[in-house]
Amino acid sequence: MTFTPEKTATPELNFECETGNYHTFCPISCVAWLYQKIEDSFFLVIGTKTCGYFLQNAMGVMIFAEPRYAMAELEEGDISAQLNDYNELKRLCDQIKRDRNPSVIVWIGTCTTEIIKMDLEGIAPQLEQEIGIPIVVARANGLDYAFTQGEDTVLAAMANRCPKEAEVKQTEDKQERNAIQKLLNFGKKQEDTVHNEYHEHPPLVLFGSLPDPVVTNLTLELKKQGVKIDGWLPAKRYTELPVIDEGYYVAGVNPFLSRTATTLMRRRKCKLIGAPFPIGPDGTRAWIEKICSVLGVEPQGLEEREAKIWENLQDYVDLIKGKSVFFMGDNLLEISLARFLIRCGMTVPEIGIPYMDKRYQKAELDFLAQTCQEMGVSLPTIVEKPDNYNQLQRIKEIQPDLVITGMAHANPLEARGISTKWSVEFTFAQIHGFTNARDILELVTRPLRRNNNLKDLGWSKLVKEEATL
Amino acid sequence: MKLAYWMYAGPAHIGTLRIASSFKNVHAIMHAPLGDDYFNVMRSMLERERDFTPVTASVVDRNVLARGSQEKVVDNIVRKDKEEKPDLIVLTPTCTSSILQEDLENFVQRAQLNSNSDVLLADVNHYRVNELQAGDRTLEQIIQFYLQKAQKKGDVVTEKTPHPSVNIIGISTLGFHHNHDCTELQKLMKDLGIEVNLILPESASVHDLKKIPSAWFNLVPYRELGLMSARYLEEEWGMPYVDITPMGVVETARCVRKIQQILNGLGASVDYEEFIEHQTLYVSQAAWFSRSIDCQNLTGKKAVVFGDNTHAVAMTKILAREMGIHVVLAGTYCKYDGDWFTQQVREYCHRVLISDDNGEIADAIAKIEPAAIFGTQMERHVGKRLNIPCGVISAPIHIQNFPIGYKPFMGYEGTNQIADLVYNSFTLGMEDHLLEIFGGHDTKEVITKGISADSDLNWDTEAQKELNKVPGFVRGKVKRNTEKFARDRGFEKITLEVLYAAKEAVSSVG
Repeated sequence: MTFTPEKTATPELNFECETGNYHTFCPISCVAWLYQKIEDSFFLVIGTKTCGYFLQNAMGVMIFAEPRYAMAELEEGDISAQLNDYNELKRLCDQIKRDRNPSVIVWIGTCTTEIIKMDLEGIAPQLEQEIGIPIVVARANGLDYAFTQGEDTVLAAMANRCPKEAEVKQTEDKQERNAIQKLLNFGKKQEDTVHNEYHEHPPLVLFGSLPDPVVTNLTLELKKQGVKIDGWLPAKRYTELPVIDEGYYVAGVNPFLSRTATTLMRRRKCKLIGAPFPIGPDGTRAWIEKICSVLGVEPQGLEEREAKIWENLQDYVDLIKGKSVFFMGDNLLEISLARFLIRCGMTVPEIGIPYMDKRYQKAELDFLAQTCQEMGVSLPTIVEKPDNYNQLQRIKEIQPDLVITGMAHANPLEARGISTKWSVEFTFAQIHGFTNARDILELVTRPLRRNNNLKDLGWSKLVKEEATL
Repeated sequence: MKLAYWMYAGPAHIGTLRIASSFKNVHAIMHAPLGDDYFNVMRSMLERERDFTPVTASVVDRNVLARGSQEKVVDNIVRKDKEEKPDLIVLTPTCTSSILQEDLENFVQRAQLNSNSDVLLADVNHYRVNELQAGDRTLEQIIQFYLQKAQKKGDVVTEKTPHPSVNIIGISTLGFHHNHDCTELQKLMKDLGIEVNLILPESASVHDLKKIPSAWFNLVPYRELGLMSARYLEEEWGMPYVDITPMGVVETARCVRKIQQILNGLGASVDYEEFIEHQTLYVSQAAWFSRSIDCQNLTGKKAVVFGDNTHAVAMTKILAREMGIHVVLAGTYCKYDGDWFTQQVREYCHRVLISDDNGEIADAIAKIEPAAIFGTQMERHVGKRLNIPCGVISAPIHIQNFPIGYKPFMGYEGTNQIADLVYNSFTLGMEDHLLEIFGGHDTKEVITKGISADSDLNWDTEAQKELNKVPGFVRGKVKRNTEKFARDRGFEKITLEVLYAAKEAVSSVG
């Protein structure tokens, strides 16, 4: 998404951009959670041994559970075009169809397919016809994207596959498609629920892949406000992708979904509700309030609800209040997490982030600036495409109480007496909504609680000479 | 194209990075897209490394794709030279740079002009070699580079040390139990009265490489790493080498005898027979173990062995020759060196399997139904599915295969460790089997059910569904907490709302 350098309401925030020499996961890692989320899918990563090695090591134990993903490993013949891409992919997809019979095959394009210019988007429709299984193409490569942006490319591709109402009416009963709604209305007639529990409002579809319990949880929160969710991109199954028609409202649940948002606006003619993300009780409340205000619903009892959650967080908040946290940046959740932690009383000298879409994240950025103002702390510097080496120098200088970073730096920093939290855990833990706010603080406070347990042992620095970082 | 779910050996650049980061003060720069520096994560996690892994990427992005790397790689090398002042910078190609076909050699030459460090381009082709072959080649390349450099300066130390001495070649980071093996080998050499001249590449400085020829011989404990270097050193520098892996009682003795032969050939007069006998009978418990009743009970039991060449060969020989176990199938994923494998294990096993397709191995195991498996982490998981115990003997490995405690596979202490590993794998399987026959002795399960069945609360279908999504090991706790919450507040029915409210309330207490 190209962002125009528009005037934001938060001129105080300081944006910088470094060299882009930082550590992050390759975006193909999104298959790890997406194949679990979309139960009838099969993800085929078209790349080399390097991609495969990354996936098998990054996914750890999951790899042994007969995952619905595989590598189409390119060999020398593929690179030099001695083999025909179409025939090769057909052979592999036939095999997948035979062995797993998925409802959709997602092709993940990689750096290699980009460089040799393999025309995946061109091959897919033809092959799709031939084998009779939808093929969705997502170019989630390390040349263009970082880590969670992989999901964004997949969902953007899926957004184009969501049916229109007219199409659905022709083929099947609409109710059948909507699993969440069915779950929530279990045993009740659809029409009563609409009249009794929900306000009249235009259709709303949420986008972003979340674990099912979190989906249910957020759906319930909105239901309390009388807001009905008409569908969720992605759904549990590919065959349950939500209906999206022109004029529908859409809202994102994660900060890294800017391409998906763009696609929904431009290609599907939806209206995007730009809100902070439902991370932390403050974020969740702001998210719900924004959705309600756009849909013309008066929110009820949110203030008390938020206060109640904060009450339950008090013991953890006490632990981190006044402490500083440095985000090295690798998963694009950084702005929302920083905003929540500032609300908890922490200070944030630097927010590193791989990519900053100031338009898609506008509400979140405004909320961050507002939070800083309200908490009376200075505004963090937001460093896009950070340089890890420079960041380590700054960390050495600032000596923050906590560094949120990738595993490549975590152990070496710990050995130098700097507490760290492994950033990837925030991607896989359940962190959305009111209910999960405690889980975020559980993660954030863990190194601090560990430090409290071990504080009298006298071995916090475990490298001989302070090596030049 | 190949449909692949799992691979045993990693891509070539991993091998190069393992060698580069094993040396002291050597930095590797990968020519790679964002995210390919996953090696750093592995080293930091698996080895629990306290220092920053000396590997950075010169990132290949859209701009590089459009216009070439131009100054970028050179700038990154020069920058790293200033920041870290390494002795050597190894420019490491990846699959991406292989197809970009940029003139990396030229970058290296240009960067060399502006850096104090030496700069080398790793001579590996992603599409031709794997991690193990690349590691072997990179080590040879670095050794060759520094010996030639020293030769030009005329300061190669060619004079042999006064006492017999050895270079141990092939100890590297992320190797399977490499550091424990290294300690054990040093101890073995000390016991034999042999000085250790150099250990390569682990913790070695490139400045020491000119001293390589001063050792009397080279010892290459692993088939996969160091053999190319040893052959080069034999050809160019006339150094004999021993490539018998001292793993297992018989092979350790064979290795020691070979060393004896080489040293005596060079004019020493050593006799290690008494040492071998003493170690075999009294230090290692493995020989005694093989005579004991425990081991008698293992006679003729079926086993499958799979791993890299070094470990699969050694284990096959130990199981068959030293413990009387029936190795139905021995296999390796080192396809490029398959003939050697076959020749080594032919007489010790029923069938040989050379393949890097994990499905093929899993199928073979399922058909054979051995009493125990000795393999990689992949075979361990196959064993889990089939309910067959597995001892892990080879990479690919997980963090639990980097133990803190002393666990060598080589030398005489190694034989003890292996005996434990083998015996524990078999007895565990037997214990499970016996328990099953007698109906199990664990009655806790039943009692717990009794308590939870007492619940007077109704779970509605949605809440029950949600509860079932909670991982099994905490589900009981979640259920109890929710019911307590509901009881305290007088709810009779547990709905989704109650479940979430309980989570919010209960979690604050911890």
